[in-house]
Amino acid sequence: MSYDTTIGARVYRFNDLKTLLAKASPFRTGDALAGLCAESYEERVAAQITLADVPLKVFLSELIIPYEDDEITRLIIDSHNEIAFSLISHLTVGELRDWLLMDETTTSTLKSIEAGLTPEMVAAVSKIMRNQDLIAVAKKCEVVTRFRNTIGLKGHFSTRLQPNHPTDDPKGVAASIIEGLLYGSGDACIGINPATDSPSHVMSLLRMIDQLRQQFDIPMQSCVLSHITTTLELINKNKDAPVDLCFQSIGGTELTNTSFGINLNLIEEAYQATLSLNRGTIGDNVMYFETGQGSALSANAHHGVDQQTCEARAYAIARKFKPLLVNSVVGFIGPEYLYDGKQIIRAALEDHFCAKLLGLPMGVDVCYTNHAEADQDDMDNLLTLLGVAGCNFIMGIPGSDDIMLNYQSTSFHDALYLRKVLGLKAAPEFEAWLTKQGIVDIKGQLTSTNQVDLYNHFGSLWIK
Amino acid sequence: MDKVIKAVPDADGPLNPLREFTAARIGIGRPGISIPTKQSLAFKLAHAHARDAVYSRLDIDALSNDMMQFNLPVIVLHSKAGNRAEYLQRPDLGRKLKKSSANQLKEYAGDYDVSIIIADGLSASAINENVIGLLHALIPLFMAARLKLAPICFVEQGRVAVSDKVAHLLNAKLSIILIGERPGLSSADSIGAYLTYDPKPGLTDESRNCISNIRPQGLPFKPAAEKIFYLVQEAFRMKLSGVGLKDNQGLISH
Repeated sequence: MSYDTTIGARVYRFNDLKTLLAKASPFRTGDALAGLCAESYEERVAAQITLADVPLKVFLSELIIPYEDDEITRLIIDSHNEIAFSLISHLTVGELRDWLLMDETTTSTLKSIEAGLTPEMVAAVSKIMRNQDLIAVAKKCEVVTRFRNTIGLKGHFSTRLQPNHPTDDPKGVAASIIEGLLYGSGDACIGINPATDSPSHVMSLLRMIDQLRQQFDIPMQSCVLSHITTTLELINKNKDAPVDLCFQSIGGTELTNTSFGINLNLIEEAYQATLSLNRGTIGDNVMYFETGQGSALSANAHHGVDQQTCEARAYAIARKFKPLLVNSVVGFIGPEYLYDGKQIIRAALEDHFCAKLLGLPMGVDVCYTNHAEADQDDMDNLLTLLGVAGCNFIMGIPGSDDIMLNYQSTSFHDALYLRKVLGLKAAPEFEAWLTKQGIVDIKGQLTSTNQVDLYNHFGSLWIK
Repeated sequence: MDKVIKAVPDADGPLNPLREFTAARIGIGRPGISIPTKQSLAFKLAHAHARDAVYSRLDIDALSNDMMQFNLPVIVLHSKAGNRAEYLQRPDLGRKLKKSSANQLKEYAGDYDVSIIIADGLSASAINENVIGLLHALIPLFMAARLKLAPICFVEQGRVAVSDKVAHLLNAKLSIILIGERPGLSSADSIGAYLTYDPKPGLTDESRNCISNIRPQGLPFKPAAEKIFYLVQEAFRMKLSGVGLKDNQGLISH
């Protein structure tokens, strides 16, 4: 089906829904690289005007990637909930935007339509929303998940402590973990990206963190972000493997996931295996997914669909497996997809909004690489905007510098800045632990008087 | 106000002892909850170095000269990306071989076991500084195993997948591309090694194994070369590379 609109004397015609979505996307280099973006400023707005008039029902009949060709499309259509959809089924994309922004549309209203929204509907509405709209609506959403603590409550803001080391040296990793804990970081998880995907390395890191957790009775969870097949192999070979969370990067098309060496059945198998370990104390959200705009294009697997819509489709996979954490590694992919600070900030707000609306516990890796036109000032802006939008978590990395993955993300200090200026707290169970250990005072502020004691307390564990 | 309190902790702050275990920016202190001035400016300087590395170029003359010790032919090739700006925005061009380079390679086609390809990637400085040291550790392992090596190829403005085309044209059973990695703040000189069994155009990441952060202060040359050699042997034994090939080296020692 084609879509058109007239601007002055000119008629803009868009051949199908996926073309309309792509042309309506705010500009980013990835869509230009794919040859999908609007050719003029006017064409982009014409596409947005056209898109605003498309009824939401159309998204259930005109599938942007055919049902027969793609298991993500099948998942989206087969899991669509008509009852949840009924409240908004009469709306167009533009009317959905207005409805989302209405005061009467509350946190609970949004929760009730979650299962009635498809990724494509959410991507579509985001394209006609300004940054402040994306923030205002996301702030209304509340997505709470649990494993050994509670993440995502309003007024709380968590961090994944990311203590990466270039050679996975356990002492080097431990040093960053100790520092992070003393800065109140790690309530979302301690999550290590291993330098090499070796089962033996992964196992020794998992055991080290588990020992720390048990010795100090920390209400937290850990994850080594290896390929899902490595995690599955570890669980299958060692029934006592201390795997709290199962990690995997996911994309929004079947072909993208093929390039990652995964499919829905494999994720299901790993999900069930991780659940079977039964290690959560207050909840059983055991999955940790990472996403990021541009992965489908990077794998040459985008089917002519723009990168933000592909990204939103990945969230359909995530929500099937009730994850504890999802985050968009927004600025990691590089300038050929998101060129500068402006594009990275826009994409992060879109990803956070779309994921929250679909019911995901969304965090963002507020980050950039050294070949992108971005710097710390851009990250400060994004960090603050995400804090206002109610983002579930960010990364905590010593001095913002990941010495293994070679990119810059947020520091332990950055998270404390955000908690301070916005009055946010860590996950309640973790906050209580921090207070008990004397790391923070009753107001949630770092104590500075007894850091030597604290260091000795922790440092005696492994570092000799 | 009676007196001014010194806001920045001194260099012997309580967390400093941890610093001997990692190059990560720990123990840097905090005025309030923020980064101290000295550390903030040091960070900016490191970022400036990384930005400069992105725009560095392969020193082909010096590298070719140093390569003579290996007694292997050296070929200099170009991707379809004409310059750095195009390279950064068009990764597809960095994965393709310029037509004249492809023609040049046809003369060298043979029946090789391993093709070693060296590309600037995102840090030509990394290659300029470290690739000779790595090859010095790696090539003798291949020689001892009697693997037949193809001519060594340099690719300017190259990305990882350009190795598929190069090794395919040379008719090699396995390709190893040594490429300058995206510079980090504390490491603008890292090499990444990507290994592909049965290389041919059209492969994606799941067909490769990667060893990253090869540099003296990261994964040093000797263990890096041993790891690459181990994966090469495993790839030949299992006739595959990528997610099906796990790095189980060292498992027995745990």
